[in-house]
Amino acid sequence: MTINGKYWRIALGIAVIVALIIVPMNFNRYGLYILSQWAVMTIAAMGLNLTLGYAGQVSLAQGAFVGIGAYAAAIMTTQGLPLIAALGVAIVLCFAIGWILGYPALRVQHHYLAFVTLAFSTLAFLVFRNEDWLTKGIYGISGIPRPNVLGFATNRPLPFYYFCLGSLAVVSLAMWWLIRSPWGRAFVALRENPVRALSLGIDTRRYTLMAFAIGSALGGVAGTLYAPLTQYIDPVPFNLSLSLDLLMMVIVGGSGFFFGPFLGAMIAVLLPEWLRFTQGYYLMLYAVAVMLLLIYSPTGILGILDRYLAERRTKAASALRAVAKSRLETAP
Amino acid sequence: MSNLLDLLVAGLATGAIYALVAVGFTLLWQTSQTINFAQGEFVMLPAFLMLAVMHAGAPFWLAIIAGIVLSLLLLGLGFKLLLVDPMLRHGVLPLAIATMALAIGMKEAVKQFFSAEASPFPSIVPAGDVSILGRVVSLQSLGVLALAIAVVIGLTMLLNRTSIGHQMQATAQNPTVARIIGVPVERMILLTFLINAFLVALASLLITPIYLAKFSSGEVLGQAAFIAAIVGGFNQVRGAIAGGLLIGVVDNLAAAYVSTQYRAAVPMVLLIVIILFRPQGLLGRPEERTV
Repeated sequence: MTINGKYWRIALGIAVIVALIIVPMNFNRYGLYILSQWAVMTIAAMGLNLTLGYAGQVSLAQGAFVGIGAYAAAIMTTQGLPLIAALGVAIVLCFAIGWILGYPALRVQHHYLAFVTLAFSTLAFLVFRNEDWLTKGIYGISGIPRPNVLGFATNRPLPFYYFCLGSLAVVSLAMWWLIRSPWGRAFVALRENPVRALSLGIDTRRYTLMAFAIGSALGGVAGTLYAPLTQYIDPVPFNLSLSLDLLMMVIVGGSGFFFGPFLGAMIAVLLPEWLRFTQGYYLMLYAVAVMLLLIYSPTGILGILDRYLAERRTKAASALRAVAKSRLETAP
Repeated sequence: MSNLLDLLVAGLATGAIYALVAVGFTLLWQTSQTINFAQGEFVMLPAFLMLAVMHAGAPFWLAIIAGIVLSLLLLGLGFKLLLVDPMLRHGVLPLAIATMALAIGMKEAVKQFFSAEASPFPSIVPAGDVSILGRVVSLQSLGVLALAIAVVIGLTMLLNRTSIGHQMQATAQNPTVARIIGVPVERMILLTFLINAFLVALASLLITPIYLAKFSSGEVLGQAAFIAAIVGGFNQVRGAIAGGLLIGVVDNLAAAYVSTQYRAAVPMVLLIVIILFRPQGLLGRPEERTV
């Protein structure tokens, strides 16, 4: 089963990737916009998943980091600088701020930490709105150019979607590597039991700060993609509700699961669109769907799958045991 | 200094409303580890329930009673049975996220079934001004303050002087021990949900005439109440009251003396400073960490 399961999983992965590349080719502009948004939000949610799912720290500031990245990209690219420079600035800036924001996490936990990060979120929003000289305040920044990637212009929706998808692939690979590295294992140890992690010789202070900083930096990466995607930004999208949405994506998808953010972002970005035929009711239905899902499976969508697989594994194991037992009994 | 008194009275009035909302919030946390991110929307909804009853032709006093009863049923009993009970054993975070979804759902439902526009709401306190110490103070602020203080005092009496209050406190402090000494823990938890529903209905009645009834009005209020609860002490009712009054006053003073642009930042900075130096809140007691 294991070898077959592995092949199936690889086949499924390839099928999904191929579908993500081919199917959108005949999508209209809006469909491509939504899919690109899914890719961008997945990156941001992956960052939060690292902070929450792997290091166990609740953060309500991820939306603010997306905002910082988006403003870095908007301000720099409208000044004629390349997007890659803005990406560098956003990563460094968000990493540094995330590191500093991690310090309260060393002192306070759970809901207290949620509120420290919530306060930061609000402060960031106020800076976006009020510092006109930098962010043009409530008027926002328009005419954000889309980048040239390896000589290809991404002005049209389809190439830009591929750009977002490619970025998502790069971030996913980096994340895949990270959570399998000693660092990732240290993060998990931290989540499961901070005291035991400390007794195992893990520098919990450093890893908590690191989880915050890397998670925040990924929020910044998502932001630098978000700005050229919408080509116009103002403070409104980066208020607290984005942070709450991102937290919801991580939990609904399944926090601590690698593919959780992909599914969570799909629910949060695509489900309201699919429900749009119900007109005014779509966000209501979305809210009800999220609540029902969480009542049914508090560990998110992947939690259901995980439970199902665990059940099958136990069944398989007990079947094997039964077989072995009967053999023992029939043996002379 | 000329309008300091006005600012203080207005600040205490809004602060008293924050305190009502924050008290319910801490009660839910204490008895059932529920962080209700929809608390602000819980305040928004009763006003619309009352408006709906009034639109059906009922007089104001009947609408108030109907609004409070509906609020007890929906936001007290319904919330506990349909959302909190099935999720409680799964820990704090999934439930907190579910209440976020509930907040979205409530906002959208009101927007869809009632109106996206802000509606005026009659005040239970007559308009006008009175003069105190030679200063003109709005009667509405004073009335709101007086009513909120009356409720808070009543609630404190209930918690500290009556047998039911003692049983509730026992449940809040240690449900297992409370159950052993014969406290009907389940009933006490239900009672806190009903008290919360009553408090939000009352807060709705007091605050809506000032800020109009709008589907999105819960966002700011919910956040203020959370901050109040954290600042005062997450696990103390009197902490929530003190925090509410403090945030109300600080918010009003900040708007007048600091800057209108960064007014929202002042309570936040206060929050961060307090959390960092006194994580349990001004009047709270530290929670033991489990290993």
